[in-house]
Amino acid sequence: MRNVSIIGVGCTKFGEHWEKSFRQLIAEAGIEAILSAGIEGKDIEALYGGSMASGRFIGQEHIGALIADQLGLNPIPATRVENACASGGTALRSGYMAIKSGEYDMVAIGGVEKMTDVGVEDAAIALGGAGDQETELFHGASFPALYALMARAHMNEFGTTEEQLATVSVKNHHNAMLNPKAQFHREITIENVMNSGYIATPLKLLDCSPITDGAAAVILCESEKAREICENPVEIIASAQASDTLALAGRKSLSEIMATKVAAKNAFEKAKITAKDVDFAEVHDCFTIAEILAIEAIGFCEKGKGGKFTADGNTALNGEIPVNVSGGLKGKGHPVGATGIAQAVEAVLQLRGQAEKRQVKDAKIGLTHNVGGSGATCVLHLLKALEGKK
Amino acid sequence: MNGSLPLIWRKFGERYDLDGNFCETCKTAYFPARAVCQKCRRKGKLVAQKMPKTGTIISFTELSAGPAGFEHEVPYFIAIIELENKARLLSQIVDSEKEKIKIGTKVEKVFRKISDIDPEGPIAYGYKFKVVD
Repeated sequence: MRNVSIIGVGCTKFGEHWEKSFRQLIAEAGIEAILSAGIEGKDIEALYGGSMASGRFIGQEHIGALIADQLGLNPIPATRVENACASGGTALRSGYMAIKSGEYDMVAIGGVEKMTDVGVEDAAIALGGAGDQETELFHGASFPALYALMARAHMNEFGTTEEQLATVSVKNHHNAMLNPKAQFHREITIENVMNSGYIATPLKLLDCSPITDGAAAVILCESEKAREICENPVEIIASAQASDTLALAGRKSLSEIMATKVAAKNAFEKAKITAKDVDFAEVHDCFTIAEILAIEAIGFCEKGKGGKFTADGNTALNGEIPVNVSGGLKGKGHPVGATGIAQAVEAVLQLRGQAEKRQVKDAKIGLTHNVGGSGATCVLHLLKALEGKK
Repeated sequence: MNGSLPLIWRKFGERYDLDGNFCETCKTAYFPARAVCQKCRRKGKLVAQKMPKTGTIISFTELSAGPAGFEHEVPYFIAIIELENKARLLSQIVDSEKEKIKIGTKVEKVFRKISDIDPEGPIAYGYKFKVVD
C-alpha cells in the first residue's frame, strides 16, 4: 500500500495584506513550500489549489492554472478544489488520493484567500454562500447567524454558557501570541469577549473568526520516496471526509456536526487509533461554538461537555489535549481557502518539534479538522512524524 | 443572486405557499420539495404537499449585523422552525414581542417582502413567521 507524506511547508503571515494580491500571497507560500522540501519545480507532477470564493472576493476563477502559472509549474495538471471553508482541507485530500492511487509521486497543494479587497457586507455575502443560498442567505441568515442557531441549541440542550464559549477565544488568542504568523497578537479576557457586542445572539464579535488574507502550501510525496529525500517527513496516516445537508434546517440535530462525527470515526478506524492517542488538534473554530462542537464530535470529550471541558483548561497548550495551539481560526486568522492547508502546516511544525514557543511536548500524532459551511462538509486528517534520511 | 428574476419567479410556490412534498413510503415531509427522498431514495414515493402554516421555534438568533441587502433590517430575528408535520425551515421572525421569541414558542406564517438587494431589480417576497398570540 502506498502512503503519503508531507515533505515541505509554506505559509504567509495571516492578516490584512493591503500591499499584496491573491497571486502574490500564493506564490510566497508555494515557493516557501518548494524550497523547504528541498526539491525543484520540475519534480512536481500535479497541483491542487483550494479557494472558497475567489470569484466573489477578487473576480478571479480558474485559480488552479493561475497558481501553477505563478509558481512556474506549467504545464502540469492544476485543479481548483472548492468546498467552502473546507476547500483547503479538501485540496489536501485530493492530492493525498492522487498519490495514493499511484498516478503521481509528488504533488503541490496550495490554499489561498484574499478577502480584504471587498467591503464587509460583500464579504458576508461571499461567506454566506457556504450555507444554503435559496433557503438561508435569501432570508438574511448571515454565516454567524447559522452558528448562532447551533450555539443557542447547544446552550438550551446542555446548559453551555456564553462565558464557556468565550474561553475558546481567550485560549486561542493566547496561543496566537506565540505564533509569529498569526493575525492577532493581543491577549483578550472573558470580559473582553462578553463586552464585544452581539453579532448574532448569543455570538459576539470576539466569538467570530476574522476576515483574513493569507495563503499556505504543502508538498506531498509518496512515503518511501519521502524517506529517501527528506530528513523529517510527516506521514498522513488517515484522510477522511463526510458531508451533510447544506441547510441547517435539514439536519436532525442542531447541537452536533454529524459530518465531523463520521469523518473522525472513519479516520480513527483507518489509522487504527482512537481520540485518546491524539497529542494535539487543529480544529475549525470559525466561531467559538464550532470548536466546542468539533471537540465533542471528534471524541476529546463527551457530547454536551465541550464548554466545561474548555473552560477547565483541558484544551490549553499544556492541557490534556491541546487544541488550536496555532491560535486557530480565531487567533491566527481565517483566510478561508488557506485554512485547511495552514492547519496541516501547523501539524507538521509540531510533529517536527519546530513550533518554538507553542511546541506541544512529545507531540507524536496530530489531527487537523476543517469544516465547510455550517457543517455540510468535514475533512479530517491524522498525521505522524516519520524517520527520514540521516 | 437574490435579485434574479427567473429565480424569484421559479420560487413562487415554495416561498408564497410553502409548497413542499411528502414521501408516502416513510411518511416524511420535505420543505423545500426534494427530487428524491433522503431516506428511501428510489423506493420512496414523493407527492406534492403544502406545508402547515404553523410551527414551533427550535432555535433563534437576533442579528445586529446583516449581509448586503439586509443592512437596514437590523436588528432582526432568524429562527429554525419545526412545522406541525415535522418539516423544518429557516425564516425571519417578525411582528412579535422580543420577549416572546424563545425556543418552544408557537409561530405562524405571514407573507412579507424579503429583500430588495438590487435597487433596480425585482423585489423578492416570501414567508416570514410571527409569534401566535
